[in-house]
Amino acid sequence: MRFIPNFRGFDFFPHDLRLPFMRYKGLCLALSLIAMALSLAVILQRGFNYGVDFTGGSVIEVQSKTGAADIAGLREKLNQLGVGSVQIQSFGTPSDVLIRVEQQKGGEAEQKAAIAKVTEALGAQYEQRRFESVGPAVSGELRWTGFKAVVAGLLAICAYVWLRFEWQFAAGAIVALTHDVLLVAGIFSFLQLEFDLSIVAALLTILGYSVNDTVVVSDRIRENLRKYKKMELNALLDLSINETLSRTILTGCTAIAVLLALYIFGGEVIRNFNLAMLLGVVIGTYSSIFIGAPLLGYLGVKRDWTGAPTPAAPGAAQRRARAA
Amino acid sequence: MLNFPRWKQAAIIITCLVGLFMVLPNFLSQQALDKWPRWLPKGQLSLGLDLRGGAHLLYAMELDDVRKDWLDSLRDDARRRLRDAKIAVSAVGISGQTVQVRLARPEDADAALKALRQMIQPLGNPLMGGSGTDIDVQKEGADTFTIAPTEAGLKHRIGNAVDAAIETVRRRVDAVGTKEPHIVREGEGRILVQVPGLQDTAELERLIGETARLSFHEVHPSVTPAEAKAGRVPVGFKIYQGADKREGEYLLRETPVVRGDELSDAGPGFHPQTTQPIVHFSFNNSGARKFGKFTRDHVGKPFAIVLDDKVISAPEIRSAIEGGSGYIEGNFTPETSTKLAIQLRSGALPAKLTIAEKRTVGPSLGNDSIEAGKLAGVIGGLATIVLTILYYGTFGIFACIGLVVHGALTVALMSLFGSALTLPGIAGLVLGIAMAVDANVLIYERIREEVRNGKSPVAAIDAGFTRAFVTIADSQLTTLACAIVMFWLGAGPIRGFAVTLTIGICTSIFASVTVVRLLIYYWLNAQPRGKGTRLALPV
Repeated sequence: MRFIPNFRGFDFFPHDLRLPFMRYKGLCLALSLIAMALSLAVILQRGFNYGVDFTGGSVIEVQSKTGAADIAGLREKLNQLGVGSVQIQSFGTPSDVLIRVEQQKGGEAEQKAAIAKVTEALGAQYEQRRFESVGPAVSGELRWTGFKAVVAGLLAICAYVWLRFEWQFAAGAIVALTHDVLLVAGIFSFLQLEFDLSIVAALLTILGYSVNDTVVVSDRIRENLRKYKKMELNALLDLSINETLSRTILTGCTAIAVLLALYIFGGEVIRNFNLAMLLGVVIGTYSSIFIGAPLLGYLGVKRDWTGAPTPAAPGAAQRRARAA
Repeated sequence: MLNFPRWKQAAIIITCLVGLFMVLPNFLSQQALDKWPRWLPKGQLSLGLDLRGGAHLLYAMELDDVRKDWLDSLRDDARRRLRDAKIAVSAVGISGQTVQVRLARPEDADAALKALRQMIQPLGNPLMGGSGTDIDVQKEGADTFTIAPTEAGLKHRIGNAVDAAIETVRRRVDAVGTKEPHIVREGEGRILVQVPGLQDTAELERLIGETARLSFHEVHPSVTPAEAKAGRVPVGFKIYQGADKREGEYLLRETPVVRGDELSDAGPGFHPQTTQPIVHFSFNNSGARKFGKFTRDHVGKPFAIVLDDKVISAPEIRSAIEGGSGYIEGNFTPETSTKLAIQLRSGALPAKLTIAEKRTVGPSLGNDSIEAGKLAGVIGGLATIVLTILYYGTFGIFACIGLVVHGALTVALMSLFGSALTLPGIAGLVLGIAMAVDANVLIYERIREEVRNGKSPVAAIDAGFTRAFVTIADSQLTTLACAIVMFWLGAGPIRGFAVTLTIGICTSIFASVTVVRLLIYYWLNAQPRGKGTRLALPV
């Protein structure tokens, strides 16, 4: 222990801040609802730019051996092969190209033939770095599995929250989580970013992170409900959010810092994944403050927790003593 | 709470050290590892195909083939049994998913039902409480019967077909000489083949697609392989190698007696008298005729079962095998007899395999991804460490030590479970780190709050850990619930992610709560005590 210097950290968080979140709870909920409706509308109208995981077809990532790749030239050349539309996009650096060949009618053999044509047309100038091909049966299944996983994740979380807290908390959590997932999905749909299996993983992670945030706030609400039996509910919710605000923001900042590093330096293959996570952390932090708790304000909550096993709360007694 | 018994301290420190030791090999080059003392762990974290490069092929089996084959053999079986029972039939055929039998004379109905019911096989091990039967035999009218595969029976059949196919695929992948192929069953009727380091899959796909060659050969009655090698190989004979662990060579007639495509079934069993493990097999009609004749002429002599030019078994013919079915006796254990049965069944693929999904990653991309992941990890890690130490001072350093332990234990557990690190797995690791940091933030913020509320430093630390732990447990458990769902429902990349996340959650509770608490305990003990000195918390 002698080798570790003894020094204080900077507690730069203004702990006296008592932000009146609950005063704006109607506005927050309305805004969130509008955002959710907008997301849903965008998703229904524009749909997703599904990756090969979900549509079937093939993706070839190639790297030009001679500097920058000639994307326009490739586009022209490959679209004349008669293998349907071939999408070509730059991928990270100028020399990296992503080629997407749609699912051929007629099955595996045709798909193989189409890929052979494309590979031949590419010639020796390009090095093949990655190849992915997903058949129609598997892609349909993956889409269904992905959807199932997100919904089951949501339900599992709600069941847990319900078990540990009250149904009002679970209701708040499910609205907040649906909000997060819907918004991130909506942004992906709006920007037409590729939506593949890894994005489903990101959505599940967002669920995990956001519920983590919501649970921390809920935990404090429950604790305060036991501590201040007479406090007005909105004031109590405000107090709980404010008390946990420093941790919400600090943890959020750390997560964002790490994800930003991954987004910028983590490479092209998981860039969309990291973007989804970044968006999810920001939106998830917002939702745990502005959706979960305000909803409790509307739903009301059981005030008498005396039956529940309560840890002794000497802090409260002290504070009350001081106030008196 | 701030009391740590000695054994607890020791247990925590030993766990940390073991974790660090297990991670150490990951930072050493292969040369350094070779000089590593033998008692130290050598396992390195294995990398997923997306990081090291390699091929991932998902094959789907044509389940309709399996179903149709089975109905065919049920029909043949029914016909044979009724003939053996001397019951005349007017029609035996397949209609939809059932076999329909119509008798010529309705008065045979009872005898026919008895004969047909003998086809029913119990499923599962009867000792373990069997689970139903493979088929249903129903009397429909006065003279009509339906034989219908049950749901469980079909599942069992498909399972057998997939097991057989896996055995075949494994042998063929091994034949390419690839290192550490990973071949597993996935879902119903799917086989996943992963071959690290392989990018051009054309050869592999061709090999898996082709049909295997299984055959039964005559062994030369007098000349030994050694003699043949020294002198001259008799005309029409050839020297064959033993497969796998079967040593030795065999001098066999090159033209087989029967080919494997004439084998209709094989299964493990026990000899009724000696109770030794045996392997049953049966041929189709033409195979049965050829094999019957051959065994009649060669009683007491060995014959050889050859798979892809390797001798897998050379049993002795005890008696003539008429009627197309017999069994192989040998020095089998229940395991080896099952394996041989699977090999016999899998000689040819039981059903067509088509590629449902194929992913290959070249080594250069894999390397780029590793480099990118490392860079992002270092920068993200540094950002976390700087932020934490800046905000929490000395206690921030403890949190960082906890983080290092967390990282080490996560990697150590991953190597222990043999789960590979994939690109989404890196993201899972990062999320695990975020959760670990969160645990410390929760604790420290709580301590600060308690201090602001006027608690003494020791009491504040005590309350911080106790109170925050409820929250930490709640938040980690909900995330764990999510991770379990991902593992259960997810495929491929989602699974890798779920595994790392789960491990990360488990280690973060130990590293960020227990280890940090121990560090703070040591720190408290190192502080000057006595009257007049007021303990100041460096948070």
